Amino acid sequence: MQNNVNITNSTQKFRQDFAIISGWVKFGSKVLDLGCGDGELLQFLRGGLEVKGYGVEKDDVNWLACIKNGSNVIQMDLEDGLSVFEDQSFDTVILSQTLQAMHKTEEIVHEMLRVGREIIVTFPNFGYWRNRIQITGGRMPVSKILPYQWYDTPNVHLCTINDFDEFCKNNKIMILERCVITDTKAVNFMPNLLGNLAMYRLKAS
Amino acid sequence: MSENNNISNGSVGIVSPQTTHFNTPLTLKSGAVLSQFELVYETYGTLNADKSNAVLICHALSGTHHVAGKYSETDKHPGWWDNLVGPNKPLDTNKFFVIGVNNLGGCHGSTGPISINPTTNQKWGSLFPVVTVEDWVKSQSLLADYLGIQQLAAVVGGSLGGMQALQWTVAYPERVKHALVIASAPNLTAQNMAFNEVARQAIITDPEFHGGDYYAHNVLPRRGLRIARMLGHITYLSDDAMGAKFGRKLKDGVKYSFDAEFEMESYLRYQGDKFAGEFDANTYLRMTRALDYYDPALDFDGDLTAALKNVTAKFLVISFTSDWRFSPTRSREIVKALLDNERTVSYAEVTAAHGHDAFLMPDAHYHNILRAYINNIVVDNSYAK
Repeated sequence: MQNNVNITNSTQKFRQDFAIISGWVKFGSKVLDLGCGDGELLQFLRGGLEVKGYGVEKDDVNWLACIKNGSNVIQMDLEDGLSVFEDQSFDTVILSQTLQAMHKTEEIVHEMLRVGREIIVTFPNFGYWRNRIQITGGRMPVSKILPYQWYDTPNVHLCTINDFDEFCKNNKIMILERCVITDTKAVNFMPNLLGNLAMYRLKAS
Repeated sequence: MSENNNISNGSVGIVSPQTTHFNTPLTLKSGAVLSQFELVYETYGTLNADKSNAVLICHALSGTHHVAGKYSETDKHPGWWDNLVGPNKPLDTNKFFVIGVNNLGGCHGSTGPISINPTTNQKWGSLFPVVTVEDWVKSQSLLADYLGIQQLAAVVGGSLGGMQALQWTVAYPERVKHALVIASAPNLTAQNMAFNEVARQAIITDPEFHGGDYYAHNVLPRRGLRIARMLGHITYLSDDAMGAKFGRKLKDGVKYSFDAEFEMESYLRYQGDKFAGEFDANTYLRMTRALDYYDPALDFDGDLTAALKNVTAKFLVISFTSDWRFSPTRSREIVKALLDNERTVSYAEVTAAHGHDAFLMPDAHYHNILRAYINNIVVDNSYAK
């Protein structure tokens, strides 16, 4: 259930959010990737930024893929919290396109802020206009970034950019940077309408 | 291995144990000194030129040095971890030189209670000292010295064997590149030690135990050892596994007796009898005591993170969901201490029905994990001084 929504296509070398995430991670820093999937992001960060990386992954197949590509990976359910990780023991904790599939949404964000000096959260923006059009047409949105039917989706907590901004405000989370993109292009104008992937760099305030 | 083609594919084939005698006195953790001792061991595969491909397998409570292969073409019982070790198996003997060693205090050839005490020329019996995980690792390091191995590519162990793998990384950090700690714990819980105490009481109170000097009386405390083993077997299986294997099945209907009417009963009796016929009670006492005593955090006010501060090995820690004797929680304590020290560690929590015994089973996912991890172990002497 923690598998990242895979939006890689054959022409892309890596997922569209990886480049932005790597811009937010410091060279040689210590990084924890929650719901790390097959370890692709960790591998990317290791190669380019020489990070000391650890992943958390629940799924057996993904876990094994991480081991094969040489990533450190801890098999755990994020819903149980991050008790094996000490307070402020990572420079950056990443939750990439997994927030929407979490049941204990608030808990995981608080746990990330406890463990990481900074955190990166990315999620598909439910306010994206194509989603709105499908809703207006009377159907739940299905797209490349939300590739599930309503009955088989792991996404239980979808939100819009405005929702998440308010969540941060209510939880006293400082937004250090926000980047909204649609198909790798940055969206600065009306991001909640025109952006399909939201990326936040956050810290506790 | 060319002569062993008759044996099933992937087997190391026909093997034979070797014995090495050590004349240098070994001071044990208890302070007792073994003036000389022997270790019996087996090896599989070929030690490479720079001696960088050695993997040590540490055995658990009732294990031996006979990890893989068979003693003859007709031998029906291969080594205890034969499903792991062999050509093209997860621990591939085409690449690695694998060592299995019987621990001190054992009853399969290494110096132990059934060996002759050089001071009395009688079997050691009750006089054989209490040995610890630390003592075993120390003696194993002397065997590595003898074989000319400066650094082990990996130390692998399940259960009590996992404690030895962990202890290697604590005692000889520069001599271990990888530690595979499987279905183990950084120490035993009170409940876990309690099972050991019941097992030991069964042995010690057997009228034929004679304070541990039963050899002199030409008897064996079979009843005690049998009950100890039956108890052990219950704790190595999960409730579900026992349910699936036996359930409430009767052998031949209800007879209103205390005979082995349920299949579970005859299984336990069979296992107990078999074990009592081949294992030494004094060894059983010592192996369980070694389990009880192991606690690397003890000298650090219970702080395992501090205890593992100087560890440099890379770790793979594996637990099994249905293992209640060495539960995943205990493995996660090891993982946490390694994470606290920013060590290289991966952790798998394998979904398995078989309880503690799962670590010996050839479950496909479990073996894929071991194969993938071991496959990435680089064999070279880059770490050696």
